[in-house]
Amino acid sequence: MNLGPHADFIVAAYAVTIFVVAALVAWIALDYSAQQRILGDLEERGITRRSRRKG
Amino acid sequence: MPVIDLANPSRFLTIVNRLLPWLTVLTIILFVIGLYRALNAPDDYQQGATVKIMFLHVPAAWLGMFGWGLMSVAALGTLVWRHPLADVAGKAAAPIGAAFTFICLVTGSLWGRPTWGTYWVWDARLSSMLVLLLLYFGVIAIYWTAEEPGRGARAAAVLSLVGAVNLPIIKFSVDWWNTLHQPASVFRIGGPTIDPALLAPLLIMALAFTLLFVTLLFASMRNEILRRRVRSMRLLQAQELAEAT
Repeated sequence: MNLGPHADFIVAAYAVTIFVVAALVAWIALDYSAQQRILGDLEERGITRRSRRKG
Repeated sequence: MPVIDLANPSRFLTIVNRLLPWLTVLTIILFVIGLYRALNAPDDYQQGATVKIMFLHVPAAWLGMFGWGLMSVAALGTLVWRHPLADVAGKAAAPIGAAFTFICLVTGSLWGRPTWGTYWVWDARLSSMLVLLLLYFGVIAIYWTAEEPGRGARAAAVLSLVGAVNLPIIKFSVDWWNTLHQPASVFRIGGPTIDPALLAPLLIMALAFTLLFVTLLFASMRNEILRRRVRSMRLLQAQELAEAT
């Protein structure tokens, strides 16, 4: 594949896009892990949501 | 199942947990096909290989605008119907829409230098797109700095609705003003002006980016629902501690 005389611009555009999308995916995945960990900690300490409580 | 049942965050979480693996696989498959077609697409007769930037720039621009459109609908849900998931959707969509708008601006700039001879010019299309990014930053700032989430949600919803005025300005800026940016070449009366050899990979990439947007949106909405559960549990804990003392 020959990208011609402006190959740097094309490669830079794809690199920036991959970096931004990867950062977004990583942030959302890490946030999910963090929220699950915090919820797990709270439930372990016996704190439950009002809707889960009996009686 | 009635659509209104989806308004229940717990049911929404169940559905999203089932959907996300399928959406992820489908997104990856579409990106593999789209990137293969994009990287092997013929060069443009005028722009040469730089036309390959179009396969990133155009879908990112569409989704940057789509994200704000989604936030505007969610804002109506927050302000008018107080739909429990509307605010969650608005807050989740903001950083994703901002990321796509940023990609659009950067790839456009990198495409502009070899094509126009400049990275940036203050024409109506480029400027209105930059305004969209700044509006996204404004909404994100409101959501993440509001001390009382309900008040923050209403302020963000109002800004989302006001900012929606910018969407037709972006779309029609190339028709209303004399811009360096080219006029519409895909969604236009009379059909696309792009050769099918370039249009097909563009549409596949657009579909792949759209699925990526939806996948990230659902995952981010799931995070936001969990974050709100954490908040309500902590408030409950604080309330119980206060009552006990």
